[in-house]
Amino acid sequence: MIVLKINGKAHELADVDADTPLLWVLRDELGLTGTKYGCGMAQCGACTVHADGQAVRSCVKPVGDLVGKEITTIEGLSADGDHPVQRAWKKFGVPQCGYCQAGQIMSAAALIESVPVPTDDDIDAGMAGNLCRCGTYVRIRAAIHAAAQDARP
Amino acid sequence: MNFFRRHLRFCALGFFMLFAVSALVQCRPEAEAAPDGAAAMTALESFEVVYGVLQHPRCMNCHPGGDRPLQHDDHQPHAMNVQRGPDDRGRFAMRCDACHGTGNLPGANMPPGVSTGWHLAPREMVFEGLSRHELAKMLMDPERSHMSSDELIEHVTSDPLVLWGWDPGDGREPVPTPHAEFAAAFRTWIAAGAPAPPEEEAQVR
Repeated sequence: MIVLKINGKAHELADVDADTPLLWVLRDELGLTGTKYGCGMAQCGACTVHADGQAVRSCVKPVGDLVGKEITTIEGLSADGDHPVQRAWKKFGVPQCGYCQAGQIMSAAALIESVPVPTDDDIDAGMAGNLCRCGTYVRIRAAIHAAAQDARP
Repeated sequence: MNFFRRHLRFCALGFFMLFAVSALVQCRPEAEAAPDGAAAMTALESFEVVYGVLQHPRCMNCHPGGDRPLQHDDHQPHAMNVQRGPDDRGRFAMRCDACHGTGNLPGANMPPGVSTGWHLAPREMVFEGLSRHELAKMLMDPERSHMSSDELIEHVTSDPLVLWGWDPGDGREPVPTPHAEFAAAFRTWIAAGAPAPPEEEAQVR
């Protein structure tokens, strides 16, 4: 039996094959539907979650590779939606249709964890794998700068 | 039952048209037996075998001349602005293992993987754009290759990331030279003192 630790809670997955991508477990087995399916081949970033604090694409990560890791989804990023990135997202009104935004937020949170004061170049490097069909990139960049400032002690 | 195979058609639908042409021209050749004559080759003949392998996309794409990995058979810069990063494993939310796992995933254009983790070669260990002379000199310069002769032989004979070049997953052409022939040629070249071929005219980079 595969046991995954997701958002601080251990989940026993009795009927899940080790090669099942995490995204299907999150959405279909556990009902954590905040993480979205975009392409299924790590090309768009909509399914981004954290594994031990690092951004990963859940659509191509077999659950067998994630045993023992601390997995965080958009539902577990903060208790009340008050992570600095989430606050900045609201302040700047970043989402348009919203479909990619859970992945954008998870990548942005991993980015400012890695580099507390990101430059535009850092943001471009860290976020280029998250596509947004609505083209909200300008607001995403502005919100990340604001979130980084907000997150500083 | 393999999950990815069950869902392959669904997963790949949006990207099939984008990659269909390249997928159609990539077909895996039949495996060839390693020849017995590698030991009888001269050092420079052996290096020619080595050079051909190291210039193959499966090898060169992770030994780029800059700070961006390459991909596909035409050595395109990696999509999504993927960059080297300080440890040759990507930057921030775009680390190599964000997408590349512990093994290949079924289906064309799915991210490949290896058990020891996906990563670029050190920045100085460049294959891209080097002439035969330059490549031989680079390999034998520990400041650039970051390896001794013994470590180079170990690298080309047993590093899972090197061996991946002969088992690169669906939709990618394996290195056509059999691995046994490549490894034998590499050993022959090293044993002969690793001579560099004469300097050639500068290549277009």
